[in-house]
Amino acid sequence: MAAKLGLRTVVLAYLGVVLIGPLAFVFSSAFRDGVGPVWDAVSTPDAVSALKLTLLTAAIAVPANTVFGVLTALVLTRRRFPGRSLLGALVDLPLALSPVVVGLALVLVWGQNGWFGGWAIRHGISVIFSVPGIVLATIVVSLPFVTRELVPVLRELGVEQQEAAATLGANGFQTVWRITLPAVRHGLAYGVVLTTARVIGEYGAVAVVSGDIAGQSQTMTLYVQDRFQAFDLVGAYSAAVVLALISVATVAVLRLVNRRGNP
Amino acid sequence: MTITVSDINKRFREHVALDNVSLEVPRGSLTALLGPSGSGKSTLLRIIAGLEVPDSGEVCIDGVDVTSWRPQRRGIGFVFQHYAAFKHMTVRNNIGFALSIRRRPKAEIRARVDELLCLVRLEGLGDRYPSQLSGGQRQRMALARALAAEPAVLLLDEPFGALDARVRAELRRSLRELHEQTEVTTVLVTHDQEEAMDVADRIAVMDHAQIRQVGPPKELYDEPSTSFVMEFFGAVNRLGDALVRPHDLKLQRTPNGMTQAASVRRLVHFGFGVRAELVQETGATLTAQLGADEADQLDLVVGDRVFVAARRERVFLEGEGI
Repeated sequence: MAAKLGLRTVVLAYLGVVLIGPLAFVFSSAFRDGVGPVWDAVSTPDAVSALKLTLLTAAIAVPANTVFGVLTALVLTRRRFPGRSLLGALVDLPLALSPVVVGLALVLVWGQNGWFGGWAIRHGISVIFSVPGIVLATIVVSLPFVTRELVPVLRELGVEQQEAAATLGANGFQTVWRITLPAVRHGLAYGVVLTTARVIGEYGAVAVVSGDIAGQSQTMTLYVQDRFQAFDLVGAYSAAVVLALISVATVAVLRLVNRRGNP
Repeated sequence: MTITVSDINKRFREHVALDNVSLEVPRGSLTALLGPSGSGKSTLLRIIAGLEVPDSGEVCIDGVDVTSWRPQRRGIGFVFQHYAAFKHMTVRNNIGFALSIRRRPKAEIRARVDELLCLVRLEGLGDRYPSQLSGGQRQRMALARALAAEPAVLLLDEPFGALDARVRAELRRSLRELHEQTEVTTVLVTHDQEEAMDVADRIAVMDHAQIRQVGPPKELYDEPSTSFVMEFFGAVNRLGDALVRPHDLKLQRTPNGMTQAASVRRLVHFGFGVRAELVQETGATLTAQLGADEADQLDLVVGDRVFVAARRERVFLEGEGI
């Protein structure tokens, strides 16, 4: 009993020091003078623009990586082909790479003198220092999560249920849609939440490609950093609170999805 | 529907799973593929289903070459050893899956599922999830699911292998009854010769990627074509060059020139008979199954010297180490 209590205390203390304390500090600093200043700080045109950009990025990157992640996980677990382990390693690469390196790579490829950059600019598409670049960078850094969550659950699921569906007349799409995905929905939901969290919180890669122009190519995280450096602490803390609330909401949605429709 | 399998070959890397196998399953029959594990019986069943593609050879269902068809086109029902229940669906939705894929009207699906729930005696359990059923109930659900779209062919892969003996016996009887009602051409894979003899009207014995013999259970038991088939179907004794069933061994107190001497090592009383375990002077052991009357007459005790002859014996000239 004492050992149990001791263990619990250690875990809680650790969480308190590294996570809860700093978060509580951000909240209390933001709301030191009440709700008014916070509301003022997050309703400035620049803050609203940053929030919109972050939500737009999430609205593109999360569905894109969900679809790609599901397909990749299916290919990795259900097909045998040369280079399969290479594909698996490739999908993991963004986890290992520093986001700054991802950003730089994108600048090299899509910048004025990059491989595709010249072509893009001739066709009137600007990628770097603009929204497409931000979305692209975010997609790259949040690429692995859905696949990584799904691969082990798909392995554990095995192929019997899919084979049964096939013998009962279901085609490939019907099998995936009606059998495979519902069977792994908890893993999928977790992968989507991790992707969303990563997309909303991404800083490094976006900082490199965005050009960080307030009101134009500034996401929420860049805006927080911008306010902080401008000594606008209320602005920085308030925006941070909004980011934290979005994250809490994402986790809450996950809990809800996982609780509904068991077993 | 008649199933005709011709000259099927299948390898998994270096392992030969099926070596030029041909088999005809007559319309309406219940045929068992019987063999030890690794003999290729499950692979053959999965090839009939379309879950595996043969390297060469063809599969015809009712005269139509379906070798290149995907499983969903073949009009089959398949029952897996570990049920393959759709865990996120209720029993009702599991059973109705094939019909809902075929976009049948809801009322029709409902009526058919009710009928099947009754057929497999799961009335009242339609709204449960598979995790809330026992193993036997899950397998009955899987059977109903496979039958829902009225398949031409029903394929079962070791369907009772994961169940305990009592449930297994009960399900065998259900399967037999179902088959008599529906007359769907059925192929059952099993490694249990007793199960095959209990359920099937025809048995194909497989060993080492080949079919050794096909016929009704009695024929396989009485006239095995190889020593493998004879040994696989129940116990056998080696008496010189011959193979003899335990109940075909005759024991007597006096020698007569045809007999071999042995001594009684152990006697097991079953009530309906006695099993005598004997040792010959060479050290070879024999098992004799005696009827109750025969045992009473002999009045054996352990250590007795007896003389053994075969009422019926078979000699196989196949160089399989006999």
